[in-house]
Amino acid sequence: MSTAFRPDGAADTPLTPADDTDALLRVNNLTKHFPIKQGILIQRQIGAVKAVDGVSFAVRAGETLGLVGESGCGKSTTGRVVTKLLDPTAGEIYFDGQDIAKLKRSQMRSLRTDIQMIFQDPYSSLNPRHTIGTIVGAPFRIQKTKTDKGVKAEVQSLMERVGLNPEHYNRYPHEFSGGQRQRIGIARAIALRPKLIVCDEPVSALDVSIQAQVVNLLEDLQNEFGLTYIFVAHDLSVVRHIADRVAVMYLGKVMELAPRDTLYSTPMHPYTHSLMSAVPVPDPKKEGRRERILLIGDLPSPINPPPGCVFHTRCPKYRAVLSETDRERCRTEIPLLEAKAPEQFVACHFPEARADIASGEDAGIAGNESSDVGSESGTGATAL
Amino acid sequence: MTAQPLVRLDKPDVGDAFLSVRDLRVHFPTADGLVKGVDGLSFDVRRGEIMGIVGESGSGKSVTSQAILGLHKGSQARITGEIWLDGHELVGASEEQMRSLRGDKMAMIFQDPLSSMHPFYRVGAQIAEAYLVHNKVSKAVAKKRTIEMLDRVGIPNPDKRFSDYPHQFSGGMRQRAMIAMALVCDPKLLIADEPTTALDVTVQAQILDLMKDLQREFNSAIILITHDLGVVAETCDHVVVMYGGQCVETGSVNDLFYEPEMPYAWGLLTSMPRMDRTRQERLQPIPGQPPSLIRVPKGCVFNPRCGFTEHVPGRLCYTDRPDLLPTSGGSAGHAVRCHIEPDERRRLWTGDIQPTL
Repeated sequence: MSTAFRPDGAADTPLTPADDTDALLRVNNLTKHFPIKQGILIQRQIGAVKAVDGVSFAVRAGETLGLVGESGCGKSTTGRVVTKLLDPTAGEIYFDGQDIAKLKRSQMRSLRTDIQMIFQDPYSSLNPRHTIGTIVGAPFRIQKTKTDKGVKAEVQSLMERVGLNPEHYNRYPHEFSGGQRQRIGIARAIALRPKLIVCDEPVSALDVSIQAQVVNLLEDLQNEFGLTYIFVAHDLSVVRHIADRVAVMYLGKVMELAPRDTLYSTPMHPYTHSLMSAVPVPDPKKEGRRERILLIGDLPSPINPPPGCVFHTRCPKYRAVLSETDRERCRTEIPLLEAKAPEQFVACHFPEARADIASGEDAGIAGNESSDVGSESGTGATAL
Repeated sequence: MTAQPLVRLDKPDVGDAFLSVRDLRVHFPTADGLVKGVDGLSFDVRRGEIMGIVGESGSGKSVTSQAILGLHKGSQARITGEIWLDGHELVGASEEQMRSLRGDKMAMIFQDPLSSMHPFYRVGAQIAEAYLVHNKVSKAVAKKRTIEMLDRVGIPNPDKRFSDYPHQFSGGMRQRAMIAMALVCDPKLLIADEPTTALDVTVQAQILDLMKDLQREFNSAIILITHDLGVVAETCDHVVVMYGGQCVETGSVNDLFYEPEMPYAWGLLTSMPRMDRTRQERLQPIPGQPPSLIRVPKGCVFNPRCGFTEHVPGRLCYTDRPDLLPTSGGSAGHAVRCHIEPDERRRLWTGDIQPTL
């Protein structure tokens, strides 16, 4: 259980996620701590918010890596550090083979044509005093990029590509709906044909019927321009649709990283299990039969994360299943993110593949009829 | 201390419905025109039932709940129709009468608990206040009841948390405190307006479980307003689907998920990415945007986005607003607002739409 999985004859299978040297983006032990200072004349650091605490993963060219987790897990901060909107406290960020972690702002500027970001809130991410033409045209002006027919023609063609009317070139953001504003943000992000786009919860603020339109648009653009996405989100259903591989984060650390189908059909980390079982399924009969794993208590503070495995204070396995010697291990030894199955990296001392959680029937596994944990009339919840 | 609510003797036969909304219209006159927030809505809710109101932004779901609570009184809104709550008519009631009903017979849980609680007062004091308004008891008794409720909603160390301020609670705990505040007077009707949208999915699961437990224990009627169909499937017994200020389909939760008959409902089901089905290559969104409530489309409010208008003869979809009519498929209360013939609708669902899900 504690040794990493080594498949026969596959000596070059990565043992840790950052071993993937062919990847477009490789992040190794990335750390971002926000210092907490106290004092009036002289500020002393008395602690730190450990927002991102040793995160490693790799993203291959052309793929989408989903970064999921709940509030406070550090996924948005990770996205911002990767784009260097925030400087990392420690760790390496290899983009196209070059370590950009320590680059200064002036050195980063030329790389900004290659790394872009789409933000969550379509209302605050666009300057309300600029027209769409100015907003989408800004990348060309800032990077002094030459265009064939002029910036305006480029911008209008981008607007058309994302589904906006190019005649609205001179309109202001407040004249558009939320979904349309998000399209403007997307047009701005793809303007310079970047290699990598970090999408920070791009559809969370949108209505359900508009979400599907924007997700389809993002996929189309990815196919057309060969884009690579890091898709940060808390909605597991949307991530399942768009991502190729998914990393699950909790309290600043990656708990599990696996290809999409593997993660959704046989997750191995207890946190992934509870996350998946918590997502309500739009099917009343299935909902009534499902087993639910409820987490007890609240998220610990990232200022003072629990020792050993950060999840042990809420882990259903720790509470109910493990022996005292095993629990001691969870309390004292930080589990490393290692391959426990081909391509599946798990940070847990006692991982266990479970196939019946998110999509029991679809994965061809016999349903939960036999484990009748509170059927139609009950809540079907197992609070462990 | 409170005015006696008016009990009308001419009330219509509402059967055993605790809440009955009849042809509710809420119109807001604005500089740009008349915004028809809600335009002819009727539904019933019984004790012990959870009714879901599903809709996107601008569908009128929040305006409806605010109208039930009488929160539009004193504003410019023009409200017509009737709302019957346990024998009291609410649209015609005065502010005094509403105040005596709020908290006591009906209560509301809002979406964002941080902005719904007063930041300057301790949580315990706010909850106790709600109890004291409707019950002539001492402060000590109110405090005891508050601590009981905090415990009941799963807040650890309730006697200590009684003296905390809202900002000292986490999001999930704050929502629990809001539920405690809403339930402290044992209201028979609870309206929850997107109670878990701002919460993480694991906390959402805890809160929804709590609401179902409490509903069973107190036999309350609950109206749950949400845009999340997963939440509806998990908690609701009956559903009202709202679009453009109108109800376009209503029925039991099984009607909506297994036998829907309105193209908008089909669109909602097909456009969601789902974890419990084979992954689709491409999502099937509903084209277009939600309608403007000032320039409401003539005829059927959904016609600009409907892909099935060719199944209706002539230009009926564009000229006549369809009525909400009962349909024979599904449960007894299943009703649909659509011009397509019922048999044709069922054929389209089983033949064309359902297989793609």
